[in-house]
Amino acid sequence: MADFPGARLHVVTGKGGTGKTTVAAALALALASGGKKVLLTEVEGRQGIAQLFDSPPLPYEERKVAVAPGGGDVYALAIDPEEALLDYLHLFYRLSPNGIPARTLRRMGAIDFATTIAPGLRDVLLTGKVKEAVVRRAKDGSPAYDAVVLDGPPTGRITRFLNISHEMGGLAKVGPIKNQSDHVMAVLRSEQTVVHLVTLLEEMPVQETLDGVAELTAAQLPVGGIIVNAVREPLLPLPDLLAAEEGRLDVAALAAGLKEAGLEADDSLVSALATEATDHAHRVALEERGRDSLGDLHRPSYELPLLTQSVDLGSLYRLAELLHEQGLA
Amino acid sequence: MSALDIDATIDGARILVCCGAGGVGKTTTAAALALRAAERGRRTVVLTIDPARRLAQSMGLSELDNIPRRVTGVDESAGGSLDAMMLDMKRTFDEIVLTHAEPAKAEAILANPFYQALSSSFAGTQEYMAMEKLGQLQASGDYDLVVVDTPPTRSALDFLDAPQRLTTFLDGRMIKILMAPAKAGGKAYLKVVSAGFNVFTGVIAKIIGASVLQDVSQFVAALETMFGGFRERAQATYDLLKAPGTSFVVVAAPERDALREAAYFVERLADERMPLAGLVVNRVHRSEVTSLTAERSVAAAQTLESAGGSALASAVLRLHAERVWLAVREQRMEARFTSAHPGVPVVEVAAQPGDVHDLDGLRAVGADLAGGSAAARSA
Repeated sequence: MADFPGARLHVVTGKGGTGKTTVAAALALALASGGKKVLLTEVEGRQGIAQLFDSPPLPYEERKVAVAPGGGDVYALAIDPEEALLDYLHLFYRLSPNGIPARTLRRMGAIDFATTIAPGLRDVLLTGKVKEAVVRRAKDGSPAYDAVVLDGPPTGRITRFLNISHEMGGLAKVGPIKNQSDHVMAVLRSEQTVVHLVTLLEEMPVQETLDGVAELTAAQLPVGGIIVNAVREPLLPLPDLLAAEEGRLDVAALAAGLKEAGLEADDSLVSALATEATDHAHRVALEERGRDSLGDLHRPSYELPLLTQSVDLGSLYRLAELLHEQGLA
Repeated sequence: MSALDIDATIDGARILVCCGAGGVGKTTTAAALALRAAERGRRTVVLTIDPARRLAQSMGLSELDNIPRRVTGVDESAGGSLDAMMLDMKRTFDEIVLTHAEPAKAEAILANPFYQALSSSFAGTQEYMAMEKLGQLQASGDYDLVVVDTPPTRSALDFLDAPQRLTTFLDGRMIKILMAPAKAGGKAYLKVVSAGFNVFTGVIAKIIGASVLQDVSQFVAALETMFGGFRERAQATYDLLKAPGTSFVVVAAPERDALREAAYFVERLADERMPLAGLVVNRVHRSEVTSLTAERSVAAAQTLESAGGSALASAVLRLHAERVWLAVREQRMEARFTSAHPGVPVVEVAAQPGDVHDLDGLRAVGADLAGGSAAARSA
């Protein structure tokens, strides 16, 4: 049983460099496994999904990028504010994207203007498109997608990005855009949505995660799980680990052990290896402290290992499997 | 690959811009460079955008107040000093409005909801304001060197484009259309609009609502008096970035995405004819133990494990192998960059187990950065 059974929109955020796009893609695969249909979206114009799946840049079109384990499809969409606005006009006002009004808007630079002068509007359009995919129905009335995964903006900006009614509040108090932002907000705040935070066990990403959770909570946005990425197993036996951390690794025992292994353990080799072990112990201790701080959040948490090779489709499947085993999907 | 001579860079530059992808240690690099420059005798100011709390505290920065403050604990014996400040984007924007518009108009602008949204979240405001502040600090004459840490944007290039984007925005047709009613005076609004833009404004009104449209129009009109000033300043900032004495340091980590972003940046700087000092690669893992290969290390660990030998030694050997593999992988990533950009000087900074949050830590990073200088001189 998955930890978030009611969730249909999974927003994935994380500090830059934590691997949030990789995790979002793995989560999409995990959610799709066993014959489901999942849409993976991005909104920052980075084409991160295309790079990950090694495909050409995504057009503004839902396109199949991967088949999940046990059948199931992952589609991807890079959402662009201009296209999203034209979509919105088409959906709500029956304005064809190629009709005169839409073309005039483009020619005038109106779309650029509108999204520039009111960045909140840009976010309404982007989240609006995501919401549309979440609530979309197929011809038979069933949901078009079983789940939607959004590779969102980084932790520092996610609350502002999702909290669109607040951002739009000062600008449009009534009118169609206000209605749209209210509808989107209702979905974002509902049980259909969860926001997962990706972190590493390093000081800054952990701190940003704690801050991010506090901000999301204050904005009444639903916090999902904490995904700890790039975890490395401590290799040293625990007593040695503790000793190394305190700077009293048993160098003599190490030297004896190296000789036993048939190595020429001269002093410089032994002390260099001991330094490496001590570095490792310090890092493990720091990671443990990070893990403790994250534990104080009392949120479901998931761990993914450090990938020793660069990310390919095979490793995405492996990460997806791990997320599935740990109950995220 | 040539080595980046950091000391020559910080001794010679008047403006140093640190840029790169998010999460690569850019802020720390900027602070370390500034501290080193100050202790080498230069009157230095570092402008940071969003420092981690503890790093900010280490420099005595407790609030976003737009005022450079002297950092204590810096060795000033060589005649230099270090100031630090955090950018307050909104305040910087407000200051520009107050300087450029007459008081009554300034009030109206500051109170307008669109101004408030624009000044705190316009895509590019932060970048533009950082560049604006950079110009101000440089023009003040109080400093020999201004070090600026660019905002953690979606794309590392945003700050380069911000002045241009603002100018384009202000010159756009939309602005002119929206300004027309204000020029014609209140009631003439609909008349002017219906003269040719009825389809168009109809759509706009549908999207954002008619009352919002009016707010926008008022805001744009109120800003109008400042436009000339804005445009000049945007251009001046752009020119400053190309001026002699400005140097760019691209910061990366030995990872695919960060290096790809760095490569992109290097190419873009070349296109813009902006002076690149070189690439700083942070968080590099190396092994001091060159005599023991990863393969031999693993083999020795296996020998111990199958013989039930020292668990400590086998763990240390496996640890060493992992470290060597990591180092090799990182070197491969870097090699990809350097072979594509052979002319770019590079310096590496070793990974630390913890984050830097005091001046001693920054000093150590600075020394590590300058380690490349010694190598450059001996080469």
